[in-house]
Amino acid sequence: MILFLMRRLLQAVAVMFVISVVGFAIQDGLGDPVRQMLGPTATDAESTGLRHSLGLDRPLWMQYLHFAGDAVELNFGDSYFFHEPALDVIARYLPATLELVAASAVITLLLSVPMGIFCAIRPRSWLARGLMGLSLLGISVPVFLSAMVLIQLFSIGIQVTLFPTGTGWGQWLNQLLSIQGGMPAYGRGNPVHVWGVWYTNFASWQGLLYLLLPALSLAFVMLPLFVRLIHAEMLEVLESDYVKYAKARGLRPSRIYFLHALKNTLLPVVTLGGVQIGTLVAYTLLTETVFQWPGAGLMFLDAIERADMPLIVAYLMVVGLMFVVTNTLVDLLYRVLNPRITLSGRSA
Amino acid sequence: MSFENGSSSTAWRRFRDSHFFYRLQRDRRAQVCLLLFGLLMIGLLLTPWIAPSNPYDLAQINLLDSELPPFWIDGSEPGHLLGTDAQGRDLLSTMLYGARVSLAIGFGAVLVQSLLGTALGLLAGYRGGIVDALLMRMADIQLSFSTLMMAIVIGAVVKAAFGSAFYGDYGIAILVTIIGLSEWPQYARTVRASVLAEKRKEYVDAARVLGFSSYRIMWRHILPNTLSPILVLSTVQIANAIMAEGALSFLGLGMPETEPSLGSLIKSGFDYLQSGSWWITLLPGLFLVMLVLVVNLLGDWLRDTMNPRVYKG
Repeated sequence: MILFLMRRLLQAVAVMFVISVVGFAIQDGLGDPVRQMLGPTATDAESTGLRHSLGLDRPLWMQYLHFAGDAVELNFGDSYFFHEPALDVIARYLPATLELVAASAVITLLLSVPMGIFCAIRPRSWLARGLMGLSLLGISVPVFLSAMVLIQLFSIGIQVTLFPTGTGWGQWLNQLLSIQGGMPAYGRGNPVHVWGVWYTNFASWQGLLYLLLPALSLAFVMLPLFVRLIHAEMLEVLESDYVKYAKARGLRPSRIYFLHALKNTLLPVVTLGGVQIGTLVAYTLLTETVFQWPGAGLMFLDAIERADMPLIVAYLMVVGLMFVVTNTLVDLLYRVLNPRITLSGRSA
Repeated sequence: MSFENGSSSTAWRRFRDSHFFYRLQRDRRAQVCLLLFGLLMIGLLLTPWIAPSNPYDLAQINLLDSELPPFWIDGSEPGHLLGTDAQGRDLLSTMLYGARVSLAIGFGAVLVQSLLGTALGLLAGYRGGIVDALLMRMADIQLSFSTLMMAIVIGAVVKAAFGSAFYGDYGIAILVTIIGLSEWPQYARTVRASVLAEKRKEYVDAARVLGFSSYRIMWRHILPNTLSPILVLSTVQIANAIMAEGALSFLGLGMPETEPSLGSLIKSGFDYLQSGSWWITLLPGLFLVMLVLVVNLLGDWLRDTMNPRVYKG
């Protein structure tokens, strides 16, 4: 275990090193900062002086060490646009993203586990077939599209005038098929202040309403992935000897399914959850764009539009760190949950 | 002449007797998918001739025609079957041209990532040792970041470093490179897994005893035996690449609106969703889903039929 921990830690450090090199490389990607600061009329002496005081005349590896030292001290410079430390800006935007992710994770878990189990234990029922078909459709739908369909349905609403309006049944059918809409689909309303930079949407009814559509559309992309995985794993587990034995002993089916089989099904789900964190960040970015949800992803895209380099670099470093930490944790958790895995450090 | 005829008929007979054809005959869903895919391909190849108008030709666009609805809604015009977008471009034509761009990027990206991934996977599997460890760690890390996030980050860096104008000029090439660079680990892992299995077989030993260079053994002897997993992976990856392109374009990191792909069409139409013109964004979206779904279904079927050892990461 110690050896495994050491190896993972070493790998984490290596990854952070690569990310920091990338961050360092793009930091000065926008031409010559000395020229930008002094303008075209500067003399050679002036620019050499500034170059020296900024440390730009030193060898590249020393500049990198300077950058890395600042990064370790969590100093990425001031954002060009917000005129405050880049990390503070990110800290202000991050809670919105985390709340969105948390809400959709809860929805995904609550729906995918029963759906996956049902599809595995009643594979011939039409509901299971429908769900599996839908999940195949679901992995082919980009998140921004399902978000837009949700907006059209529940925020804008649809007015059906397909049936003749002159007759009673036509009007009734039209009204039945029309949807009012009216759900908020822009921003996060007026979140309640909790502590420090943390404003929450969970504390008020109105906040939850604003959260609902973005969280649902994010959950709809994750759902098919998890349903398919739980279904496949559950099928495999149900074939195993210990489940057959439990059945032979006459245990209640519900006990077998939900206690014995489910426990072993959830193992790969944990790994998938870990692998999907990167995808989740990407999907969150897209969801935030559609709903103009003021989270870290939207802030990152705005920073790209404004070529706000310190903010871009800081965001990449923060997200990179988050990846590395969660991946290491998931690997650890996997090993704790499944003691059969050898601890040689080769990730499964 | 007769010789050519004979050879083509044996090829046809071989195809007819193959396991592949046998399975195809017995699977209605696969037939429908193949038919749909074929129709889409033909339609997109012939787009310049069958599209009602050319969306790149400014002379054919009338701004007064903007935001016309599709044919089943009041106020539509017979000239524009699926309505028009906000710039007055015929939506059906723009979608067809956009799907061509999307598909070109999808194929191009898969070409790049398969070449890169196959070469690195062969190298890792055949050489083993430290080369293998290094390359596979790299692949692991890149996969753990998720390929879509990788593409977004590379796209963001390129855009921040070179500016939007550069992006607009070389849109297709940039997207092909970005998606190719971010998805190579999928291929590398699949190819490496099959190479490890093939490497132990006698024919590789025989080739080595005969004194062939390792380059020749890798590309001429081992690679042909790993082709079926590569083929299966490629179908899935084309679907993924089209989705990734859509996502990048939607974020403004993709094709410009003057030469739209399906993704940038969806993005440009999104601003008009609130004003009630849902078709500008949802119809291209539907088209994208159909394209991806057909390719995904074909990939599913191919995997079941050829049953290769696709690495499930």
